[in-house]
Amino acid sequence: MSASVNRIGWASVSPALLWTLVFFAAPFAAMALVSLSPKGEDGWSLAAYGQFFTNPSYWRALTNSLEVTLAVTVLSVLLAYPFAWILAFLVPERWQRLALMLAVLPFWTSYVVRSYSWLLVLAEKGVINASLTSLGILGEPVQLANTRMATVTGFVHFFVMLLTLTIYANLKQLSPNYRKAAADLGASGLQSFVHVILPLTLPGIMVGAFLTFVLAIGDYITPQILGGNNELLMPQLIMMQIGRRGDFASASALSLILMAVVTVAYLVCARWLKIERT
Amino acid sequence: MRAAAYLYALAIYGFIFLPVAVLVLFSFQGTLFPIPPFNGPSLRWYAAVLSDARLTAGLVNSILVALLSSALATGLGFLAAWGFARFHLPGSALLRGIITLPLTVSYLIIGMGLLIFFNWIGFPKSLAAAGIGHVVINLPLCFAILYSQMGENQANIERAARDLGASEAKLLLLVTAPMMWPALFAAFFLSMTFSWDEFVISFLLTRFDTTLPVEIWNMLRAGLNPKTNAVGALVFGVSVVLAIVFELIAFRKRPQ
Amino acid sequence: MTPLVSIQQVSHGFGAGPVLQDVTLDLAPGSYTVLLGPSGSGKTTLLSVLGGFLTPERGRVLIGGQDCTALAPARRPTATVFQDYALFPHMSVGANVGFGLRMRGVGRAERDRAARAMLETVGLGEAFARKPHQLSGGQRQRVALARALLVEPAVLLLDEPLGALDLKLRRQMQDELKAIQRRVGTAFIHVTHDQEEAMALADHIVVMNRGRIEDEGTPERVYQRPRTRFTATFMGESSILPGRTAQGAITTAAGSFPAPPEATAVAVRPEHVALGGDIPATVIDVVFQGSYKRVTARVGDSDVLARVGAETPVAAGEAVRLAIDARHVIVLRD
Repeated sequence: MSASVNRIGWASVSPALLWTLVFFAAPFAAMALVSLSPKGEDGWSLAAYGQFFTNPSYWRALTNSLEVTLAVTVLSVLLAYPFAWILAFLVPERWQRLALMLAVLPFWTSYVVRSYSWLLVLAEKGVINASLTSLGILGEPVQLANTRMATVTGFVHFFVMLLTLTIYANLKQLSPNYRKAAADLGASGLQSFVHVILPLTLPGIMVGAFLTFVLAIGDYITPQILGGNNELLMPQLIMMQIGRRGDFASASALSLILMAVVTVAYLVCARWLKIERT
Repeated sequence: MRAAAYLYALAIYGFIFLPVAVLVLFSFQGTLFPIPPFNGPSLRWYAAVLSDARLTAGLVNSILVALLSSALATGLGFLAAWGFARFHLPGSALLRGIITLPLTVSYLIIGMGLLIFFNWIGFPKSLAAAGIGHVVINLPLCFAILYSQMGENQANIERAARDLGASEAKLLLLVTAPMMWPALFAAFFLSMTFSWDEFVISFLLTRFDTTLPVEIWNMLRAGLNPKTNAVGALVFGVSVVLAIVFELIAFRKRPQ
Repeated sequence: MTPLVSIQQVSHGFGAGPVLQDVTLDLAPGSYTVLLGPSGSGKTTLLSVLGGFLTPERGRVLIGGQDCTALAPARRPTATVFQDYALFPHMSVGANVGFGLRMRGVGRAERDRAARAMLETVGLGEAFARKPHQLSGGQRQRVALARALLVEPAVLLLDEPLGALDLKLRRQMQDELKAIQRRVGTAFIHVTHDQEEAMALADHIVVMNRGRIEDEGTPERVYQRPRTRFTATFMGESSILPGRTAQGAITTAAGSFPAPPEATAVAVRPEHVALGGDIPATVIDVVFQGSYKRVTARVGDSDVLARVGAETPVAAGEAVRLAIDARHVIVLRD
């Protein structure tokens, strides 16, 4: 290919490349540098990272985040899989598109609003407490909002919809003949699921689970609105460094640690994320 | 077995729709708190929302940021996708990887990086800053969508156009872009929805003039408030209408 | 001989377009039956009814004397080879073939031995440990066959089993299928739209069209004496000449032939038309096919195809005279 032709190629790709370098790579580098020059200190130091291991509340934010995110991921997959299965195989073909659209309709609410609407349900005088007390099931309202359970509920609500979409797509792209063949060879419904359908949809589930993990562990809105400040998750801790303390070094260090955790999660999942397909 | 399955599906639908139903119901609350018992229906909170200058300004800002940042992300993504698909550039795989890299980083971290970076270079907090952030998160998405749709078939049509004397600029404008219209539309629309819904980057990078999600966030400090319900219900309504429009346009010609 | 498979008055899909209409069919043990028809003829639906993937709205299916109409696929003595083979991609070839035995609780050592033996039978002994995606199309086809045969079905159902293969491989697999069927002695029911494939394989051909059986019998009988106009044109080429009947004969543009009063037309195979007779015709088109020439000639208002020797001097536009071998003329009643 001639030089002039290649120049056109470079001209067309360089705006996007430049944009990414200036507004993504450079800020990232800036963040890394800032994390090495802690507040109130001259010169370079790893103090911002050190506090992560010395300050127990920092460490706890990470374990909280991991616990919540893992619970959310597992619960969402467990709830969404049977639901997607029902949509894909039990609902009559001509109703499926509508059933699926309905299942993800609240997906289109604004993310902030979705968390807020759970607050309406879970608040001390909210729908659940009001119903249960008026029915006499509860004597007094129980605390549902500002708990870890509230955070998990809000997250699961969002990710059940997301995973239903991905798992449904996965189930539908399997040839219906796999199930027929298994049944023909004597497999019961359960055997067909365990030996054939589950292994074949596992790559898709892993992709969905990984996506859930990454999005949930980096999210600030849901834990802040629903979990409150009783226990902090990593994104809340990071925002707190910026907002209340103006401590960019800590915030940067915590962000990079969070990224490292996601990278580890990726490496753990990697062997499933690019499984061979025929 | 079948009955149990449908019962389960019904329970999940209930779970999915419970908060939205509560949100919409209590947006018509007649009294001061969006909690039972329901007194209504009343439109007073909708009236309050529409006469709230901050909210309407936030709405306009959100639309502006979403339109401009999506247009820019789609344009940059389109040019890059075309360049990588049609020319043999050295290190192409690595460079494509760099462009798609921001997809794997959470918005919070992207926003914080930009906050620090803009601080350094003295770029003020503003809607423009938030818009730049939205282009950063949407560019990789647009690029990935458009790159995956650049087929050999279209390359041949472009060769034919070049053969007939079209310049590269004319080619892109008159041949490639119209051919890629469905993918361009999908990329633009997806960017719009992500930008429209994005909170944390706008929160970090704007100050007084801000986007709707941040304004709604600010309302949450007042606690439970039917006015927030009304905004939320309006946003939900608009988003659902847009989603249906997208569904109709993007999937209209696809055989069932 | 009592039939192995007995389909009795099966109908399915009423309303808009019936998929199967009053289909009745008996099949003998150990036979190779081919269901032949164009797409939409109901042949695949009939196979699904036999395999248990579809319960017909009316009628009964007996296999080995047992009423199987509403029996689940696993419970009936059939096994299916699917068009896309449906080999489980995450299992080795051996695990695929042994799957049926595994579902019956047969131990690993025993089912592996049986799977190996069956793979030998289909000529794939060395593929045991490989994954399906490492095999060629023809090899996958044989794995699917082995997997279905290992559960020892009384009837093996094959849904367009050669459809995914290229022409050359198809003809080769055809011979192998026939050989395997003879070796194992299982009754095969094979669905295809390829009439050459049908003639090469079948002991018994069932021609289907629009949800009905048009004709059935040995390939020779169905080819030489097709019962309907559809069969005459779908199984090999025929020229149709309409005519009028009177006094035990039908009169067409190409002469009169003995026929019963209900006859409406005659069909003539190209190989039974020759040059040098007394039927005046005009040559419209000549196509050189290598071993013969295919001549289209106009007789009255009809086109008649003739197959003549490759060296015969004939060209479009010529006036010729045709001869039709009256012994092979097919009288049509529909």
